[in-house]
Amino acid sequence: MPDAAVALRSPLERLALPAGDRFALAETPPAARFVFRGGEAARAACSAAFGAELPARLGLGGERERRAALWLGPDEWLLIAEGADSASLGAEIEAALVSAPHSLVDVSHRQIGLLVSGPVAARALSAGCPLDLHLSAFPVGMATRTIFDKAEIALWRRGATAFHVEVWRSFAPYLVAALAEAARGAPEG
Amino acid sequence: MTQAFRVAGGAMLDRARPVSFTFDGVAYGGYEGDTLASALLANGVRLVGRSYKYHRPRGIVSAGAEEPNALVGVARGPGRFTPNLRATQVGLFDGLVAMSQNRWPSLAFDVGAVNDLAAPLIGAGFYYKTFMGPDWFGKNWAWRRVYEPAIRLAAGLGAAPSEPDPDRYVRYFDHCDVMIVGAGPAGLAAALAAGASGARVVVCDENPAPGGSLLAETHAQIAGERAWVWLAEALAALRTRPNVRLMPRTQVFGYYAQNFVALCEGVSEPELIADPDLPRERLWQMRAREVVLATGAIERPLVFADNDRPGVMLADAARRYLHQYGVKVGERAVVVTAHDGAYRAAIDLKEAGVKVELIADLRDEASGPWPGTARAAGIRVATKAAMHEVRGRRRVEAVRLAAHPGGMRTISCDALLMSGGWTPSVHLFSQSRGKLVFDEALQVFKPGASAQRERSAGACNATFGLAKALAEGDAAGRAAASAAGFAAPDARPYAVDGAPQADGGMLGAPLHILGDRHAKAFVDFQNDVCVKDVELAVQEGMRSIEHVKRYTTTGMATDQGKLSNMNALAIAAVAQEKTIPEVGLTTFRPPYTPVTFGAFAGPARGDLFDPIRRTPIHDWAAERGAAFEDVGLWKRAWYFPKPAESMHEAVARECRTTRAAVGLFDATTLGKIEVVGPDAAAFLERMYANAFMKLEPGRCRYGLMLSEAGFLMDDGVIARLAPDRFHVTTTTGGAPRVLAHMEDYLQTEFTDLKVWLTSTSEQWAVIAVQGPKARETIAPLMEGIDLANAAFPHMSVRDARVCGVPTRLMRVSFTGELGYEINVPAGFGRPVWEAVWRELEKRGGCAYGTEAMHVMRAEKGYVIVGQETDGTVTLADLGLDWAIGKTKKDFVGKRSLSRPDIIAENRKQLVGLLTENPNVVLEEGAQVTEGATPPLAAPALGHVTSSYRSETLGRSIALALVATGRSRFGEMLHVPMPKGPIRVSVTSPIFYDKLGTRLNA
Repeated sequence: MPDAAVALRSPLERLALPAGDRFALAETPPAARFVFRGGEAARAACSAAFGAELPARLGLGGERERRAALWLGPDEWLLIAEGADSASLGAEIEAALVSAPHSLVDVSHRQIGLLVSGPVAARALSAGCPLDLHLSAFPVGMATRTIFDKAEIALWRRGATAFHVEVWRSFAPYLVAALAEAARGAPEG
Repeated sequence: MTQAFRVAGGAMLDRARPVSFTFDGVAYGGYEGDTLASALLANGVRLVGRSYKYHRPRGIVSAGAEEPNALVGVARGPGRFTPNLRATQVGLFDGLVAMSQNRWPSLAFDVGAVNDLAAPLIGAGFYYKTFMGPDWFGKNWAWRRVYEPAIRLAAGLGAAPSEPDPDRYVRYFDHCDVMIVGAGPAGLAAALAAGASGARVVVCDENPAPGGSLLAETHAQIAGERAWVWLAEALAALRTRPNVRLMPRTQVFGYYAQNFVALCEGVSEPELIADPDLPRERLWQMRAREVVLATGAIERPLVFADNDRPGVMLADAARRYLHQYGVKVGERAVVVTAHDGAYRAAIDLKEAGVKVELIADLRDEASGPWPGTARAAGIRVATKAAMHEVRGRRRVEAVRLAAHPGGMRTISCDALLMSGGWTPSVHLFSQSRGKLVFDEALQVFKPGASAQRERSAGACNATFGLAKALAEGDAAGRAAASAAGFAAPDARPYAVDGAPQADGGMLGAPLHILGDRHAKAFVDFQNDVCVKDVELAVQEGMRSIEHVKRYTTTGMATDQGKLSNMNALAIAAVAQEKTIPEVGLTTFRPPYTPVTFGAFAGPARGDLFDPIRRTPIHDWAAERGAAFEDVGLWKRAWYFPKPAESMHEAVARECRTTRAAVGLFDATTLGKIEVVGPDAAAFLERMYANAFMKLEPGRCRYGLMLSEAGFLMDDGVIARLAPDRFHVTTTTGGAPRVLAHMEDYLQTEFTDLKVWLTSTSEQWAVIAVQGPKARETIAPLMEGIDLANAAFPHMSVRDARVCGVPTRLMRVSFTGELGYEINVPAGFGRPVWEAVWRELEKRGGCAYGTEAMHVMRAEKGYVIVGQETDGTVTLADLGLDWAIGKTKKDFVGKRSLSRPDIIAENRKQLVGLLTENPNVVLEEGAQVTEGATPPLAAPALGHVTSSYRSETLGRSIALALVATGRSRFGEMLHVPMPKGPIRVSVTSPIFYDKLGTRLNA
């Protein structure tokens, strides 16, 4: 290696993230991320190779250990493998999919994960997300692609008061500021 | 001043918390719980405003959102000024500063009141008739110079605030199963029923306290309990339910498609002071599965001469001021009515010690329980009444009226209470596109067939009377819950005692007012429309009620005709000898009451107005003092000035250094799309004008994308990474458009292709290294690649490693120099950039910004989509038609390339322009003409698209689109400018290194 290995940088490193009892934001650990696209045969093969089930339709994300597959569209999934090396994981999946047409694209650095938590987390998200985030309509484990005001996000509910949000890195500071603003003085419930 | 009109009672008040406030600079006292209106009345203030057009003295006429007169400005400290607030809805707080409007120099003496004398000249439609001419000094001179400025000065009521609003506003989306609008008896009964089903219920009410008419209900009993007790228990029951949300101070102001309802929630001043985190207002965008409208009804004024004098008030408003706020509106009252409800007001006022001189009923008979009770209480009642005169200018002093028995008489009084009956509040129902029907018996418009999933209950549905309202509310709540998929509870009976129904009402104006050109009998208080104005509109040919409305402006003020519409309609119907349904209603438009700009803007101001996108290298540039420019949402480094360096000097240095040694440029913002699948090449072949099937993996091609019309839409380098994988780049601003365009074709036209698109714009940081020393700069950092010219020629791509991280290294150039673009995962963008920077510094290189990039590409004649193109420029116009895959059967835009106007010979073509004086830099957008002083309106030959001072060439250069430009090389043309024409010669658009030897070095 010609140079010392360089360190990973975050678009949020200069921001103070809210960390109160009512509302907190935290960046999720580094992960390998892929957008996977393909038909039913590819979905099945990819589920096996990835280790977590790619859901066939909108609903709960497929999750196993530190891997998750979120349904984004009829032939589109977001794969998140926390702590994994994207090059080797990508190669493993490709090797299992030689016979099924598909597209596997590394987006590990395209976006970051944000953990949004606290009693006003859902309310703050509802400032920019038009979906119904009530537990009865958006249960724990549910994941979808949606928007937060002027940013596109993927939203994945991790608990009654905790959400994992995936957002493109250049939109992340805007999302953090907008969520913090929406959480300020937000009514609970 | 003492609160001379304050009496016992006042359910809203907290008498333990006195507050002080000022109105027009005079200090007054009140209590927490008062509205500004109730506190002013308690202090005996009757004159509160001046009318819009005639500047007539006006007083408080209502106790709610329908208030047309008492519009005030309220200041809450620096920057916190709101004009045109209804005093009836302004919650009183300590230190409130309110001021009247539309008066000068003072409320009591107002110069504008001269308009009242000039009234015969400024009747309905006077704008249309008066301000037409004459055209002494040119077309519309009088209008533009005299009339419009004068009208502008006089127009409007309150003054707009001039300082930035320091308050916060937020907005939320929300959802519920059952949305109940209005927390009066019908709304609360609906909420109790729907709440019991387990549905998610939201109940909102415009007032600080829920309860509606129950708040002033002193005599009735519900289910064996006093109404106030029942109300308190009902609210307590609702508050214990986790599935029910009560939202006071929340106005539903709009009802849109698919049960999308807009709510504006106000936060009270004490709450705001207690918690600085709270916003001033919250805008709720509510999607409701089912809606129950329980918006009640609004009492109608009667139409008689001078019915706008301060002290003339709606009868039920007087009753509400008494019971809710402990305020008697006068000492001696006369009641004039066509509805039983006013009797009840008279009875209650008499009980509170007000001397009720007479109830004058316009109807032929006054029978039924309420008139009976009034007579029994010793109040004089006369029927067949006709109002003739109201004396007193700044407040009522006496009325002259005729009635049976007793005939004509004059009665001294300081309050004149009126009731013309009740108008159901059908605004939201109408906004929901539901159809209104006219009820002949009740003489009201009420909801007919629903267009959305909603139902109305109570007075807004013309179901008057407490017992019936509760029953209908209960039914509506159950119906809504079951329609939303919940098991509704059993019907709940509500036994009501002591609340006999009040009937009656009239529409329009009495006969002796009709046709009277002298009577100022107001129909619309806020816009100063009288009976005679409506009649004039009909006389002058306005037939449609929509035309009558616009001609007279009745119902067009901020109160949206809440008090006036039905009376105006009835008068127009009589004048046209038509029935009311034949004339029809005007459209109800949102908002129901005015909504602040703050509520709509929400947090979208300052840094949150739009996302600000920054690249991973942004902070590095900022730390070095770079100037930035906005490109779409991106901030891009524009140039890197050294201390004391001007922009021009910095750009010149950056260009010079890059051409002589090496330059470093952040190209991260370029759009990137990964096109993957067995049919990837076939897809690009169809989407781009170029051929891609034969492009070998490891090679790049300059891709040109056409619109269906055959014009250049976007461009970018396309790299083939593998047989089934392409790395497509787009312009910075074009990325989303290109992806959507591709996806559109893929999903609708090319469904046979197995190929998928993924945006990778932000996956990669792109570090462009350009210049003769580019290769030696990056070489020490690279591994796994042979950088030699033969192994890695211009327009190639390789996977390699840089600083130990994977890179997609491209050899491409937008400067005309030997160049590379190092694509690295974005999280490593800055450290890799810094590593390259260290190598670059050793070789005398520099960082350059977008301005130097623009100059260098222009020197090479490279076009920028959106600068040289405007959506009507073809590849042939730009001299880029060499790139078209001639053997391709089809591609998007191909068919258009044979259109006659696209192949016409006189099209504008891209050329270079050199000014005769090399120091003159042309203006971009300047016109190019044949002659030095072209005749006025003669078409230009073309225009300048790019223009710079070129350090490399030591002179100015420009690119231009000029008709038949390529046949004009060597010709002298002109660029006419205000300071005189500039002579230019036409040249090739490539100014530098025409053979491209530097590029391929």
